[in-house]
Amino acid sequence: MSALLHVDNISKRFGGFVALDGIDLEVQPGERLGLIGPNGSGKSTLVNCICGTLRNETGTVNFDGQVIDGLAAHQRTHRGLARSFQLPRPFHSMNLADNLRIPLLYTVHARLGPLRSAGDLDSRCHELLDMVGLAKKAKQMPRDLTQVEMRKLELARAMAAEPKLLIADESMAGLSHSEIDDILALLVKLNERGITVILIEHIMSAVMSFSQRLAVLVSGRKIADGKPEDVVRDEQVVRAYLGQ
Amino acid sequence: MNALKFSLIAIGVGLLVLAFAHWLGLDYFYFAGYTILQFIVLATAWNILGGYCGYVNFGSAAFFALGAYSSVFMHKIFPVPVPVLILIGAVVSGAVGFGMGYLTLRLRGAFFAIATLALAVVLQTLVVNWDFVGGSRGAYIIRPETLEFAGLEINYIEYLFVLMLILAVTALATARTIERSQLGFGFATIRDDEMAAEASGVPTLRLKLIATTLSGAFMGMAGAPFPYYIGYLQPSSTFGLEYAVNSIAMPLIGGTTSWIGPLVGTILLGSLQQIATVTISSAVNLLIVGILLVAFVIIAPNGLVGLVQEHWRRRGP
Repeated sequence: MSALLHVDNISKRFGGFVALDGIDLEVQPGERLGLIGPNGSGKSTLVNCICGTLRNETGTVNFDGQVIDGLAAHQRTHRGLARSFQLPRPFHSMNLADNLRIPLLYTVHARLGPLRSAGDLDSRCHELLDMVGLAKKAKQMPRDLTQVEMRKLELARAMAAEPKLLIADESMAGLSHSEIDDILALLVKLNERGITVILIEHIMSAVMSFSQRLAVLVSGRKIADGKPEDVVRDEQVVRAYLGQ
Repeated sequence: MNALKFSLIAIGVGLLVLAFAHWLGLDYFYFAGYTILQFIVLATAWNILGGYCGYVNFGSAAFFALGAYSSVFMHKIFPVPVPVLILIGAVVSGAVGFGMGYLTLRLRGAFFAIATLALAVVLQTLVVNWDFVGGSRGAYIIRPETLEFAGLEINYIEYLFVLMLILAVTALATARTIERSQLGFGFATIRDDEMAAEASGVPTLRLKLIATTLSGAFMGMAGAPFPYYIGYLQPSSTFGLEYAVNSIAMPLIGGTTSWIGPLVGTILLGSLQQIATVTISSAVNLLIVGILLVAFVIIAPNGLVGLVQEHWRRRGP
């Protein structure tokens, strides 16, 4: 089976600082991959390079059988690559339903042809909000939401683009245990619908229960990649996390 | 209310204004009305980029002057009717708007504003040193007293007034159509968060270029008939602070998130200025703008329209 996402030898520098140093990563269709690493290890930079927010200096990104280097972020979204942001970035002048309307109008239209009517759009927005349990707040503004609701909105907006691959960038940071379980259940539900998920997270219990495979970044290099239970016992990983 | 219905109503209101002006039969009303209508077009054009997309343009005067000076240029080489001049002004200013959008696509916030200001200075310097269109001396265009049209003799200032009325209706209808379309939603995402917009699949660069082009084109259209209205075109006044400041202040005072904001702001501020010009002095105009702008930034940051919306929201459930 060919990989859905194939990252080959990606490097990225910020001035003299090497943020990513020759990263290789493969993700199979339908897989649940956990990506961990200490602060500043390059996780978000990697996501930004994959999604087109940043340009990698070397290496290629291959998505769904095509090289996507040089494509703008929105073009990558059109091809089925969606992300949520570490700090939620809602469209704050729009209510929740309209927040979801954007990817529907701009991505789903571009890829699958226009939805039939305004009614279709409305019901699709409602369906997505219902999926994350925010249906009752469709007319509210993002500023009225709690932190966990904001994360859910972020995921719902990423899902509205009907992606093949969802990259969830620390969508649980700062949440309570029950809230983390909420988000995890949501991600598993999405994965069961056939969406490949990359989860970037600090909270080990969440990553361990979610991931089928685990990759570890330290100082811009990938130091481990494999079954979660093997990876956490890896000597290098233990050293990176516990500072031995 | 769909776009067609709105256009019909807008045309109806325009005709009422015209009928009133005709009934009044006062040349002064046409002069004053023309200025207000011209600012409706400028404010609406500014708002397409500044209000909808959140990109503050300090160079409105430059786009306006480009329209005016392309008319002077055409007048010298090949005189054509004013409606054609308006189209030429739209093309010239639209093209410059496109160029500005392309060159400044990486600039945001204050940096974008400074770049637009710089553009205005560059263009003014070019015009001042271009003798063919009058240079720093300025250019005279003798306005005919009347216009022959289908056997009728029309007062020329009334003719210009009607043209500007049509432009204002077109600008408002365009702004309103954009606001409720996919384009309008895209513009709002650029204002809110460009990175999130890209991640949602919005082609932000293309939309920004559409906004700068459209905004520039309308400003050029507002400027094209100006030499005929004023009779004597001078760089320092055409590129003047009055146009740049008014086209920002009017939408801000009215409210920037909807088409009606610039309209309300212009009618309020424009009328005040006209009254001040007659009763006190035209020099008071900028003072009025300054005081009102400061007052509104403090009391009603979302403009008059925002104030009314807030009031309704509180009264509603």
